[in-house]
Amino acid sequence: MITGAAAMRHCLEAEGVTRIFGYPGAAIHHVYEELSNTDTIKHILVRQEQNAGHMASGYARTTGQVGVCLVTSGPGAANLFTAIATAYMDSIPIVAITGQVNSNLLGRDVFQEIDTTGAVSPFIKHSYLIKNVHDIPRVFKEAFYIARSGRPGPVLIDFPVDIQKQMLHFSYPETVNLRGYKPSTEGNAKQIKKVAETISEAERPLLCVGGGVFSADARDLVIRLSEEAGIPVVTTMMGVGALPSSHPMNLGMIGAYGHQTANKALNETDLLVIIGARVGDRAFTSPGKVEKKSKTIHIDIDPAEIGKNVSTTVPLVGDIKLVLAKLLEENPRASCEAWCNMICEEADKEKSKVPSARTHTIGPKRLMRELGVQIEDNALVVGDVGQNQIWAAKYLPIRNGRFLTTGGLGTMGYSLPAAIGAKIANPDTQTLVICGDGSFQMMFNELSTMVENGLDIKIVLLNNRTLGMVCELQRIECYKNFCVALPAVPDFQVLASAFGVKSRCISGDEDMVSAIGEMLSHKGPFLLECIVSPDEGTKTMYEVM
Amino acid sequence: MKHVLSVLVENQAGVLNKITGLFSRRAFNIESLAVGVTDDESVSRITMIVDGGNSAIDQVEKQLNKLVCVIKVREIDEDDMVGKELIIIKVNANSKSRGELKDLCDIMHAKIDDISGTTLTLELADTPERIELFQNMLRPYTILEVARTGLIAVQKGPSYMG
Repeated sequence: MITGAAAMRHCLEAEGVTRIFGYPGAAIHHVYEELSNTDTIKHILVRQEQNAGHMASGYARTTGQVGVCLVTSGPGAANLFTAIATAYMDSIPIVAITGQVNSNLLGRDVFQEIDTTGAVSPFIKHSYLIKNVHDIPRVFKEAFYIARSGRPGPVLIDFPVDIQKQMLHFSYPETVNLRGYKPSTEGNAKQIKKVAETISEAERPLLCVGGGVFSADARDLVIRLSEEAGIPVVTTMMGVGALPSSHPMNLGMIGAYGHQTANKALNETDLLVIIGARVGDRAFTSPGKVEKKSKTIHIDIDPAEIGKNVSTTVPLVGDIKLVLAKLLEENPRASCEAWCNMICEEADKEKSKVPSARTHTIGPKRLMRELGVQIEDNALVVGDVGQNQIWAAKYLPIRNGRFLTTGGLGTMGYSLPAAIGAKIANPDTQTLVICGDGSFQMMFNELSTMVENGLDIKIVLLNNRTLGMVCELQRIECYKNFCVALPAVPDFQVLASAFGVKSRCISGDEDMVSAIGEMLSHKGPFLLECIVSPDEGTKTMYEVM
Repeated sequence: MKHVLSVLVENQAGVLNKITGLFSRRAFNIESLAVGVTDDESVSRITMIVDGGNSAIDQVEKQLNKLVCVIKVREIDEDDMVGKELIIIKVNANSKSRGELKDLCDIMHAKIDDISGTTLTLELADTPERIELFQNMLRPYTILEVARTGLIAVQKGPSYMG
């Protein structure tokens, strides 16, 4: 017989978990005691629970494994909700374990009690409240399976403190049997044939690639499809990096903040092949026009995404990796050379445009371009939310590395914790954070976690003393920029030194190249503060679909 | 456009909450909803009437199917189902009106469940349309209280959901 807490540890070990991001509290303290009995699972103490979720997300996105976070009941769980919602919108597999008050006191509004499973239900893939200690092995087995299979997403296990101490005979189930959950992955053979046929009939076909390509680990297949079938590619923000930015078939990012050529292609295509993208409103600002102008093939693991925002000519439900492999066997060939050459040439011109230099501030587009030149081939770039995110997604060329950001929920303060999770999983990969002074102030407490764990993360802080994205929206509406200016505190250089992080501040383009070089060659974490004018904008101002 | 959906779900705490939560979050309209356990004690059947166009109903079905606690979802063709609803209704009745009410019950095949000096309590299990008709016919006698179950239904013929 072992305790519920020990059973949890055995479950995590059986699932191959080696890292947990968490914050202790009264309702989870038996579990924390139990974690001292394992050498295989390392606990990383965060500084606020939300960041435990983001770290688990960064970890999951760069390993393909389920990220795990652990917090206490009530406020601990509530702090985590933002991260759970973020992971849900971005389809990231995490398992969140939350402490809960005594099971026989549930519903009495005792200290630090909230209805955790009730509160998360609109933005979580599935959740469990453990009421019987004997359910622990099954619940954990199912939770990990649900989180990583089908369309990945967060799963929560609410674990009352009394049950953590109750005893059970432990045996971990080998299989999962959920009659209400059977994701279909193979892809219907007839539909796959139909996709190939439809592609061969198209005159101006276009692949639109989203974050699902990373979930399915299918980047190579997307590149093969594009090259073999001769179809140019646009990406959503979540799909940035699916193929190298410099790839001749890559037209860039679509959407309200996207590349001109990518949006133009979206306007001109007669067959849009959507792969692992959910046709969100930021990427497709008016899906109605897409329906009218072109046929659509929609390939996704989640049947509910197909037909939700755009009507579909050929729907294809399945795992992108399996489906694309079968599709390639059909040898789809598009006959669109003239259009393809024309649009790719235009994209090439757009990519090679050098943004103009600034004298007393840093030009963010130029900065991104230079970062792209100097970072390593497989570098990992984590963008936050706001103008910094748009500039990074659009102007920082990704080669064989990754660009991580939250395209779905747009949660400020995502980048540093996500980078910490990713760096812990990939200690040898060069890792950069791109953030603004607004987002940085939502997460700089995690500098402690970064330093404590000796993580070599480079932080590029675009400081314009403004909440730039909101400022831009207000400017478009001719409002008067109320409430979006940030004061000239803190001094970020002093702040960095308080955490023992080396830093430098630059305010002219002439220092950019050397400062980036200094940052990247420095051994250890580095904060590069770049003074940006609040007048810098992101909007394409292109009549997009 | 009204659609009848039959949904088999795990008979567990919190399941109904997940389903109604989904409807309110996605702005789907439920007109009626009836839940009861099936022959298999671990499975409940929810019958609901949902208002919406065909593409909205398609989304309802897909979103319901995404819930792990939902085992099966099927739309039932209204022209090809056995569907009934139960109404229990209390009306004012005195010695003068009692006879008329009894006639009405005979015509509609309703039952008189209870009687008092000033009231009658009636019951009828029938299609929602006939329940509506019955209720309308009783209005002149002053309806004091109404309880309706919402529609429950199964498809006609040999095919079944299990």
